[in-house]
Amino acid sequence: MTTRLARGGRLLNRGRALEFTFNGKRMTGYQGDTLASALLGAGQRLVGRSFKYHRPRGLVASGAEEPNALVNLGEGGTFEPNQRATTQELYDGLAAESQNHWPSLEFDVGVANNYVSRFLPAGFYYKTFINPRPAWKHLFEPFIRQSAGLGRAPKERDADVYEHFHVHVDCLVIGGGIAGLAAALKAAEAGREVLLIEQTAHWGGRAPVDGAVIDGAEADAWVKNTVETLEGMENVRIRTRCMGVGVYDHGYVLAYERLTDHDPHPDLPRHRLWKIRASEVITATGALERPLSFAGNDVPGVMLASAVRDYVVNWAVSPGDRTVVVTNNDDAYRTAIALKEAGLEVPAVIDARTAPEGPLVERVRALGVRVETGRAVAKVKGRAKVEGVAMTMQAGEGAVLEVIDCDAVAMSGGWSPVVHLWSHCGGKLVWDDAQAFFRPDPEKAPTGADGQPFVRVVGAANGAMTTADVLADAGADAQAAPEAAGPIEPVWIMPQGAGPELRSKMWLDYQNDVKVSDVQLAAREGYESVEHTKRYTTLGMATDQGKLSNINGLAVLSRSLNAEIPQVGTTTFRPPYTPISFGSIAGQARGDMFQPLRRTPMHAWHMANGAHWEPVGHWRRPYCYLQPAETVEEAVQREVKNTREAVGLLDASTLGKIVVKGPDAGRFLDMLYTNMMSTLKPGRCRYGLMCNENGFLMDDGVVARIDEDTFLCHTTTGGAEHVHAHMEEWLQTEWWDWQVYTANVTEHYAQIGVVGPHAREVLDLVGGMDVSKEAMAFMDWQDGELGGLPVRVFRISFSGELSYEIAVKAGYGRALWDMLAEAGREVGMMPYGTEALHILRAEKGFIMIGDETDGTVTPQDLCLDWAISKKKDDYIGKRGQARSHLTDPERWKLVGLETVDGSVLEDGAYAVAEGRNANGQRNVQGRVTSTYRSPTLGRGIAMGLIRRGPERMGEVVEFTRTDGTTTRAKIVQPVFFDPEGEKQNV
Amino acid sequence: MLILRCPNCGIDADETELAPGGEAHLRRVGPEASDDAFEGYLFHRENPRGVHFERWRHAAGCGKWFHAARCTQTLEVFGTYSAQVTDPPQDIRDAITARRPGWRWRDIE
Repeated sequence: MTTRLARGGRLLNRGRALEFTFNGKRMTGYQGDTLASALLGAGQRLVGRSFKYHRPRGLVASGAEEPNALVNLGEGGTFEPNQRATTQELYDGLAAESQNHWPSLEFDVGVANNYVSRFLPAGFYYKTFINPRPAWKHLFEPFIRQSAGLGRAPKERDADVYEHFHVHVDCLVIGGGIAGLAAALKAAEAGREVLLIEQTAHWGGRAPVDGAVIDGAEADAWVKNTVETLEGMENVRIRTRCMGVGVYDHGYVLAYERLTDHDPHPDLPRHRLWKIRASEVITATGALERPLSFAGNDVPGVMLASAVRDYVVNWAVSPGDRTVVVTNNDDAYRTAIALKEAGLEVPAVIDARTAPEGPLVERVRALGVRVETGRAVAKVKGRAKVEGVAMTMQAGEGAVLEVIDCDAVAMSGGWSPVVHLWSHCGGKLVWDDAQAFFRPDPEKAPTGADGQPFVRVVGAANGAMTTADVLADAGADAQAAPEAAGPIEPVWIMPQGAGPELRSKMWLDYQNDVKVSDVQLAAREGYESVEHTKRYTTLGMATDQGKLSNINGLAVLSRSLNAEIPQVGTTTFRPPYTPISFGSIAGQARGDMFQPLRRTPMHAWHMANGAHWEPVGHWRRPYCYLQPAETVEEAVQREVKNTREAVGLLDASTLGKIVVKGPDAGRFLDMLYTNMMSTLKPGRCRYGLMCNENGFLMDDGVVARIDEDTFLCHTTTGGAEHVHAHMEEWLQTEWWDWQVYTANVTEHYAQIGVVGPHAREVLDLVGGMDVSKEAMAFMDWQDGELGGLPVRVFRISFSGELSYEIAVKAGYGRALWDMLAEAGREVGMMPYGTEALHILRAEKGFIMIGDETDGTVTPQDLCLDWAISKKKDDYIGKRGQARSHLTDPERWKLVGLETVDGSVLEDGAYAVAEGRNANGQRNVQGRVTSTYRSPTLGRGIAMGLIRRGPERMGEVVEFTRTDGTTTRAKIVQPVFFDPEGEKQNV
Repeated sequence: MLILRCPNCGIDADETELAPGGEAHLRRVGPEASDDAFEGYLFHRENPRGVHFERWRHAAGCGKWFHAARCTQTLEVFGTYSAQVTDPPQDIRDAITARRPGWRWRDIE
């Protein structure tokens, strides 16, 4: 039974009791508790079930490395699964639920897996793929899906808020133990700007728990003084509850600050992601204790020796009345001492070493504790809780010498420096044989932009394992007395000769249920690389990312392969050190703040007049304007009809507008467009096509020549930025000696289309310019005045109708729109949206970038040869278009399509051909690129790319439908309406 | 995340401000080029482990293009320089030689 001790607890405030619930059961803890210590204090030892076998699981650790105690926290908009009880501070009203069991934590049906575990060996998942084939679909997959996953996915939108910080510092110190504090103080005293972060709520790390003495006083006193000194320095910032997530290129570091997890507050950010650039990064991240691999080492009540010590000293929680300590090193003796000092029983220390000696061992012996040397645990007795340990010889095969009654086991297999942050950005490791761990190789540090090391490791993370060594390593002025310690003796399985029965009960990875026997099986099956073994067995792939299991696992692997540990090496350390919330990564970029919304000057008018919006890039454009009791489809058909029969009003402001100016502007545009732009006369417009060097069409638009040196290039709505960038790239990097200047003036102007038979009347009603056929011919433009506003009128048409596009400074856009809308009333003008625009252009056979093109279509494919100059020596894409594949007569080319029954073809539908391909799919000979119901023609019309299409006029081709049937359509000319262009030439 | 100094505006720019532009010092070939020459220009690229020359654009900054000489293995930056040269300038080559004696990239050394 775990329980709260009457006295002690250096982090507890016993004056403040906190209520919380676990699986609905009310419990009490104290301020200063973690959820883990509060659960133990309330007598709750069982905290979860393992992933694969659903074995009962208790707490193993006291910090970030905990693999078992994952809980669901909160509810509704604050619900979150997989939260570690050991790093979650207790608050009043906390509600936690255990995970991965059904129907209850105490009685879990899934534990049946435990009894069929010999059918679920390493790689069972992959083996199920193979034979018999139907078994995967009908047997294994449903079973695996049912049992897969930890916790539950949140169902509601995250109610919390998050934010980002961006900071630059000279020196970032990660880890607030005595090494980090000493290193931060050193850097600060040298006048450098320092940021010191610590993942827990407390400074000092392990030193105060382990009874360190610094400058003749208890570590707590030195820690308190040092923190106060740092707080008083202007060049120092310090943060607790802030974890170093990852170290990246050129001194970039992410840190994760948990602002209100310990005290939820709806108005304050919950997490803050720090984006840090540091000239130097000092990692003082300490070390993690390793479990020992003995049979039954996963039974609730078996814990790391250091965790037992933490619970007793920090939170006055006893993990059991009688705790057996199992070790291969001196450090675990501190746990025996802590337990004895708390008045608890230690029936025995089982030490795998044959002749341990040193001050710690002597102290434990002096306390009257039985120390068994050269001994091992053969097996832990008990299923859901520890009932005793069977002791054996470490050198033997597991013959039981004696069963020792106990209700907890404290184990220590030695320590592993936390080298994650060092390794993230390329720091290499060396195997330290004497101390049996990997530590940073000082010769192979991560290097920065200047090629010099930018990460330094200090303290236990660097392999300094005594207080004196840690302080010296961190460059501290403070001193600690040297400590004598006996050497560690590596123990990778216990006892060393354990047979298959025992090895299949030795857990390496507690969360993913990977055992010693699984790694050995992987080795037998030929998995020699540690990276492959990891993926095959899932060792270290759980949410704890192998903090406890990796070194033990690769040691077992190296023994199986008869290789040395450093030859096998470690798996790659990748950020984050522990999981961070998605909310913190998103920060404030969510909802309306996710990305900027671009609005035209007429946006509010559209909004007030029934706009049904369509996102186009970052813009919002009206898809159509809904009138009362009208569907979207009806609105679109009405808008097309009204534009053809009366007049329509279009907000074309989003079209890209790029000014190209300079003595070489014409020459430059001749290279950029497929047709000749330098011959364009000032006052005239010309439609142009732009290709990339591959020869594929990338954008189109109307170019207006303003004067001898100046052109205005219109682009598609989505193309403005990248066409401008394309121009700049060629100007800056290829033809930098050409005198050309470009400016993207898209947002400087509003542009309004007045389109339809009555367009001229509307402009005349507003008044101020002669826009008659005589004064302004098709493809002319003129500066002038309309309704008293300075405007530039282009007589261009994307609909086949008489059409004027009027550009005006953005600030006047709404005023001009209102005047035109008002004047247009008399002649039945209505606004129209993007879908009507699409239908109007498709009826005329005009292509649309992104519909008829997809990055693999040339102008020749679209039968736009008339817009490709034959006179020019060169243009971007000319050589590409000459390649044999692009000149192949078999290419799919643009045609019009008319369904035989008048129906509408499905968008993207394939034209099927005879026969089937190697995959058994129907062969294809083309596809639909645009398809609409034409209100003008009263039938479905479409454009498509068909093999040798233009040569096959009148032929009927079959098109797929998503219901599996086909539709027949006739190949026709793509111009469905007014092929002579009479309507626009009035 | 890399930091590159934009030689046009002098700012030490985070990678998030920059747009990569692929390999530097390509020579454009025109309509008269052979198939092989055009294929080389359009598709064939160096993929070194070590010294490399790249094009970058200070896209979310001054908008200008520049060149960078960089080690693809260690991410060491030897220098950045104008986009408006056909070959790496001598001071950049010297900076590379100081750190990577005997380096070679295409036919440049």
